[in-house]
Amino acid sequence: MTEEKVQKLRLTPSQTVGPYLSLGLLREDWSELVSPDHPQAIRIEGTLYDGAGDPVTDGLVEIWQAAPSGRYDHPTDDREELPLEEGFHGFGRSGTVEEGRFSFVTLKPGPVPGPEGTTQAPHIMVAVFARGLLKQLITRIYFEDEAEANAGDPVLRSIADERMRNTLIARKEGGNRYRFDIRLQGEGQTAFFKLSE
Amino acid sequence: MEQPPYLYPDYVGTRLRAPKEPLIILPKTLSDVTGPVYGHHRPGELDNDLTRQHEGEPQGQKIIVHGRVLDGDGRPVRNTLVEIWQANAAGRYRHKVDQHPAPIDPNFSGAGRTLTDDDGYYRFVTIKPGAYPWQNHYNAWRPAHIHFSLFGRAFRSRLVTQMYFPGDPLFYQDPIFNSVRDEKARERMISTFDLDATIPEEALGFRFDIVLEGRYATPFERPHA
Repeated sequence: MTEEKVQKLRLTPSQTVGPYLSLGLLREDWSELVSPDHPQAIRIEGTLYDGAGDPVTDGLVEIWQAAPSGRYDHPTDDREELPLEEGFHGFGRSGTVEEGRFSFVTLKPGPVPGPEGTTQAPHIMVAVFARGLLKQLITRIYFEDEAEANAGDPVLRSIADERMRNTLIARKEGGNRYRFDIRLQGEGQTAFFKLSE
Repeated sequence: MEQPPYLYPDYVGTRLRAPKEPLIILPKTLSDVTGPVYGHHRPGELDNDLTRQHEGEPQGQKIIVHGRVLDGDGRPVRNTLVEIWQANAAGRYRHKVDQHPAPIDPNFSGAGRTLTDDDGYYRFVTIKPGAYPWQNHYNAWRPAHIHFSLFGRAFRSRLVTQMYFPGDPLFYQDPIFNSVRDEKARERMISTFDLDATIPEEALGFRFDIVLEGRYATPFERPHA
């Protein structure tokens, strides 16, 4: 079949994970992307809140990120000159069953290429699933202690509203710990993204 | 609307969870055209047969659920993790939050997973889930469904959906099914009865093909030596 004859198929619609997502999606703990004993390990902790300010206890947070070198462990990223951390795949999953809390042990990602020759500041892609979400919400975690890189980041720069921009910054809580709360709705709502076509 | 909106007030759960601030357009970058690759969490041998995870056989009608995972250009999505979860034949989830007074089946956990093969093909053996009541509105019942989670090739192709069964009389009153406003798009969530996949004297076959977002142009230019 030639490329011209490829017929575009219509996408399958999204539906909510419902309240019982833990049956299928939390059978294994994937919240530690590296051992907590890893010398560069960081811990990211947060709570998922709804529009009434109540913790969401039937949600799921997934993350995807580059290695400390800035390379993704994926065949599309063929920059072989950048090392991948042994055993580090960049994907994590944490349920919010315990009082809406999620947490990850991971490595801080490096900067990665952005559109039109720009460089993106170290960041983690985040997908949020829950009962009441008919499709996942997408956000990003940036790091408070990367002020200079954040100032040049093309995505952060595109957000004019400083309050919204600040919802994407994980706050350093001492040592190697960061806090990143997610608010689905209402005062202090987290900035969520729509992926461009 | 091919994809459901975040706010669909008929589905009460969306009212406090749908974001109210407008979504910000995220340019296509390496961050979302890459995604987790599943070499490192191989599903176990019986993970795709939900009828053989316990000592005895579960109650209910045995079914085969199978199909292909394709991208928007019709190409198979290979070696991708497919996870499912569902209620038992009586419409009860094996979950402490489910208080529906239907019986729990000691021989049915309701969760499975598998990887697609080189043709993007997957197959599960399971039990037809029952409908169950929920308290969204008066006399609200979920149509029988199986939850599906798929990764695809990239973060942006990640999909959670539900597979429904053909001819279900509960569709018209279900706000989750009807949150997808386009009728043709809704139909893409309904499996088809498949006599070829049906096993004589044993199990009915249902086919459910899934289409994820497609291949991606290289999102960044790199200098070549």
